[in-house]
Amino acid sequence: MLEIKDLHASVEGNEILKGISLSIKKGEIHAVMGPNGSGKSTLAKILSGHPSYEVTGGEILFEGKNLLDLEAEERSLAGIFMGFQYPVEVPGVNNAEFLRMAFNARRVKADEEEMDPLDFDELLSEKMKMLKMENKYKERSLNDGFSGGEKKKNEILQMAILEPKLAILDETDSGLDIDALRIVAEGVNSLRNDNNALILITHYQRLLDYIKPDFVHVIHQGKIVKSGDKALALELESQGYDWVTT
Amino acid sequence: MSTEQNSVSDILEDNTYKYGFTTDVESETFAKGLNEDVVRAISKKKEEPQFMLDFRLKAFAKWKTMKEPEWPNVHYPTIDFQNISYYSAPKQKKVLASLDEVDPEVMRTFEKLGIPLDEQKKLANVAVDAVFDSVSVATTHKKKLMEVGIIFCPMSEALKEYPELVEQYLGTVVPVGDNFYAALNSAVFTDGSFVYIPPDTISPMEISTYFRINTEETGQFERTLIICAENSYVSYLEGCTAPQFDTNQLHAAVVELVTMENAEIKYSTVQNWYAGDKETGKGGVFNFVTKRGKCQGDNSKISWTQVETGSAITWKYPSCILQGDNTVGEFYSVALTNGHMQADTGTKMIHLGKNTRSSIISKGISADYSSNSYRGQVKVGKNATNARNYSQCDSMLVGDKSSAHTFPYIETANSSVQIEHEASTSKISEEQLFYFESRGISRENAIEAVISGFCKEVFKQLPMEFAVEAQKLLTLKLEDSVG
Repeated sequence: MLEIKDLHASVEGNEILKGISLSIKKGEIHAVMGPNGSGKSTLAKILSGHPSYEVTGGEILFEGKNLLDLEAEERSLAGIFMGFQYPVEVPGVNNAEFLRMAFNARRVKADEEEMDPLDFDELLSEKMKMLKMENKYKERSLNDGFSGGEKKKNEILQMAILEPKLAILDETDSGLDIDALRIVAEGVNSLRNDNNALILITHYQRLLDYIKPDFVHVIHQGKIVKSGDKALALELESQGYDWVTT
Repeated sequence: MSTEQNSVSDILEDNTYKYGFTTDVESETFAKGLNEDVVRAISKKKEEPQFMLDFRLKAFAKWKTMKEPEWPNVHYPTIDFQNISYYSAPKQKKVLASLDEVDPEVMRTFEKLGIPLDEQKKLANVAVDAVFDSVSVATTHKKKLMEVGIIFCPMSEALKEYPELVEQYLGTVVPVGDNFYAALNSAVFTDGSFVYIPPDTISPMEISTYFRINTEETGQFERTLIICAENSYVSYLEGCTAPQFDTNQLHAAVVELVTMENAEIKYSTVQNWYAGDKETGKGGVFNFVTKRGKCQGDNSKISWTQVETGSAITWKYPSCILQGDNTVGEFYSVALTNGHMQADTGTKMIHLGKNTRSSIISKGISADYSSNSYRGQVKVGKNATNARNYSQCDSMLVGDKSSAHTFPYIETANSSVQIEHEASTSKISEEQLFYFESRGISRENAIEAVISGFCKEVFKQLPMEFAVEAQKLLTLKLEDSVG
């Protein structure tokens, strides 16, 4: 599904990624771990098409197509979803209306009829129930004044509505208390199937107790220094990043 | 219905300012310059009654003693008032028996602007008065309105047909010496619209005036007077465009509204005068306008809604004098500035009667190198027991070279009043737009969503088609400025 080959990238002239290669197949969950500043989030931003990050070498293929040719909007419509570490607040834009816009953008792309607000509300209520989100979050402005946990839940709600082929969750666990973490993880797990894939970017292994990865990769100084299975995450937990980075 | 839709979108849809064309018509234009003879000549040309000439001369005498205001937060080279022509009219036969006699070029101009005037094509639910430079060229639906007793005609015609009504009200809300530009307008205004709604009448359609400046060195000085008698209601719309010139055109209008007991006037403006070159700031209209309404009768209401998107400089404060008891004044404004535009706009709410209420919702959006100021005054007189005001001024900055300012003034002589003022400043950021894009929503739709969210409270005051199109207009104007 996703093929990253020798990816180099920089931000404002500083090279952050120095040759990342990663192959992800349908149905797989990959965890990307690493110390702060290792390049984890840069990788996520690049996959989502953020304009501030410049790819200086290598390629990314998504379902055989060159992902780097696509704008952020097109990537989303192609089935890539990015769960942000710090979702931006947009005062004045109704959360439910935003979700419906995103949902209908896909419908339009697929030449299908847009879903009307009433039907969409039903769909939304069902997904919100799964994430134990209160109804008031429909009418609130997008992420505006949401707590850290509600913002993260709102990201997963968007994922549930958009049903992406590939979701990249960037530090979704940060800022979540243990109950919220469990709810979010259950939500993510319920969206899994054999046709989609997931990249979990995380600093700590506790998220991986709830969402079990097939592969774990450790990034350090812009390179993947170690790959393994779930056991690698546990090893990291007990030994610290020094174990792989020195 | 479809004609109507077109018209509204045509008034508004504008990316590269598509109204920048000029019309080649034979005009009768006065030589440049202003003195008492010019004032007399305008009055004579229009065959006005004596009281009107006296009104003009009094205003002119006042004007000569006045100075241009310097307090607005705008900067522009000194205007040479002797280098402007004060009268320009498309040449035509003396009295028009029907629309067929209007210069076809002028008719085509309005059609191009989306305001078809001839009988077959005219807008179904909107009565239009079309003002071209200094004169009104056509008014639609007059007959239908007359059937319910509503007078809707050019000011020059009102001076001939209903001089007593005009004399009774003209200058009662904005006195001839009110301010520099109002005095100038009172001396030299050439046309505008006159509306009279008789008692117990709800206007069966929207009434609107469409202003078009065509000649390069002519000032446009129109005068609008709307009187709404007891228990009546009217909704009035105003639209404006001008050709693209390198020089600046002066537009100094005066609008006066009067409501009697239980009456309501809703006045909506979508202003899209040419704003000057986006890069250099050259050219554009100086929009120096005095708009004021007086809630004379008890329980009456005046509501101003404006969407200001054009003009090189805007200086405009649609205001309400809440004279009757239990009267209500409202001001809803969206002012967008981009390029090198400067806007200093807001309102005045003067509370005189008991239990008077006013609300002010102002949304300023500034992009590029523009400057956008809100200036508002809430004044409560000593008899205005239990007066209440709520003001909310929100500014949105786009990019990092524009500026937003808020100047609220509050003055009260009565201790039983309640005044609230809230202000906020926000930014439309690249990160917000990226967030939308990362969810598959186009940049255009993202800007539209953010802007319409920001302007929601104002847009919902506009007639529906206007609201949809105003939103589109703002989006188009901002598309190049974000990022």
